[in-house]
Amino acid sequence: MGDSPVSVAEPLVKVVGLTKRYGDALVVDDVSFEVAAGGSLAIVGESGSGKTTIAKMIVGLVAPTAGTIHACGHDRSHHATSTKVRRRRGGEIQIVFQDPYSSLDPRQSGFDAIDEVLRLHRGGSKVDRARRVDELGSMVGLDPRQLHALPRGLSGGQRQRVAIARVLAAEPQLLILDESVAALDVSIQAQVLNLLADIRDQTHISYLLISHDLAVVRQITEDIIVLYRGRVVERGATAAVLDDPHHEYTRLLRASVPHAGWRPTRRAAPPVP
Amino acid sequence: MTDSTVATLLSVDALTVELPLATGLRTVLHDVSFTIAPGEALGLVGESGSGKSMTARAVARVLPPRAQQQGVIRFDGRDVHRLRGPALRAFRGEVAMIFQDPRAHINPVRTVGDFMTEALRTNRSVKRSVAESTAIAMLHEVGIEDGTRRLRQHPHELSGGLLQRVMIATSLLTEPRLLLADEPTTALDVTTQAEVMAILDELRRDRNMAMLFITHDLELASAVCDRTAVMYAGQIVEQRQSSMLHDDPLHPYTAGLAAARPRIDGSTARLVAIPGRPLSAFEAPTGCAFSDRCSFVEPRCRDARPRIRPLSDGLVRCVRAEELRGELGAIVHG
Repeated sequence: MGDSPVSVAEPLVKVVGLTKRYGDALVVDDVSFEVAAGGSLAIVGESGSGKTTIAKMIVGLVAPTAGTIHACGHDRSHHATSTKVRRRRGGEIQIVFQDPYSSLDPRQSGFDAIDEVLRLHRGGSKVDRARRVDELGSMVGLDPRQLHALPRGLSGGQRQRVAIARVLAAEPQLLILDESVAALDVSIQAQVLNLLADIRDQTHISYLLISHDLAVVRQITEDIIVLYRGRVVERGATAAVLDDPHHEYTRLLRASVPHAGWRPTRRAAPPVP
Repeated sequence: MTDSTVATLLSVDALTVELPLATGLRTVLHDVSFTIAPGEALGLVGESGSGKSMTARAVARVLPPRAQQQGVIRFDGRDVHRLRGPALRAFRGEVAMIFQDPRAHINPVRTVGDFMTEALRTNRSVKRSVAESTAIAMLHEVGIEDGTRRLRQHPHELSGGLLQRVMIATSLLTEPRLLLADEPTTALDVTTQAEVMAILDELRRDRNMAMLFITHDLELASAVCDRTAVMYAGQIVEQRQSSMLHDDPLHPYTAGLAAARPRIDGSTARLVAIPGRPLSAFEAPTGCAFSDRCSFVEPRCRDARPRIRPLSDGLVRCVRAEELRGELGAIVHG
């Protein structure tokens, strides 16, 4: 895949000292982490913690103020300077956003959206591409009628499947899931979470999951970093951090999740890291 | 629950709502019945299109124009649908509503103070200065200390959590006896959600205020409501003591909802997903509305729409409920 294969020992993504400042506001403050090839890392935090800004910097939508991003054997700390580099990057990392209602072109069917990505990234004859679209469609559980429907004819869960099939068409090594299941109904969310687990089994893709939902995080990631006001306050294996959180903020997050016998409590002032 | 000596504040009896479309009437609620006692919290849980918000809108008498309603909603013994003039105005003070997105329900160009005191000044002819001090006292109750400054601010200057607390405080100013809370914490961060739920819980107990709490989150409803009703395709499919819903579900849909949600205290290789997608009332098949997605479906389930009936300490709308009882609990905990 690509011109510079990643060796097994080297992490797929290595982020060091990543910082983003807007004027006086320090949004992301000296964040470092790695995603192993075939691994799955969660970035957890609440509104304003900087988690989406980190995702945007890795994709290349936002330029870092400081720090380095190394992914899939290439440096990504700066904006792409040519179409060739931009297209190569698109084949390495893709992102699925939260809102399946605004992330698709309303006048383009799922089939055409997926075919467009294949044409740009994979090439091949029209017949070959059509076969591949059908393969991707069945992988994410869309039938031919749904594939040829416009987004307005699909439910939220079906649209998110189109969005996932479309990014998979580029055969990325890393998929960033930015709250990608947060807006889905519980019964649909379970289907999409199962789908994401299946895709990782079949393709050895890596995930970077941006989420505020600790139960979702536990279901599909092995490692976790917890962000609070732009800083990493805790990191480790997902199960270990959720079962035995050490930082005061992680404990507060964990205790705020409703469960059997849960009594909501008014908290004191938020802790400062 | 069937004890007739317990006073009833709100009773909804066989409520059916149809909305007019170009193609004809479309059913959104079908045979919805429940009661809420003074000071009691009832959870209403369901997915998109299940009719939970429409139920609250029917109770508050803010259904969309030309909606057709059958069945009777009684608040404090009076038929809500027949209220007119001063009686309707009084009703609007006694039943308050809060929504998922506070920013969509507050005028962005007026101050928080204008918004909070409007009902008192216009409906109750309270003087502005008095209304403002009442508002400041209420803000204090929901944990906002600098009320005087907040009243001068505009909505855009407040965070989502703060604004939702302003909405709660405002809804309480007319001292309602029933609060309709439609996903009031869904757009908030989890730590803020815990705080807002704590505030709602405290206020409800202090004021003996009843609450209809609408959410998609079964666990949240179970934690804060005495009883919970689960809705699917415009109908209530199960209703019972909240503490029993998770451990001993009576309806396959309730069990499916509980099992589909990933757990924070452990992961499984695969979640037990419900196949298909949630349906609205007008799309539901004849017979049991859940039959197309149910793994326990039998031919007789498709014969006729099941009636809701008592079982154990609750109500259920499933013809196989008795024989499935232990099995459904096993799905959730398997």
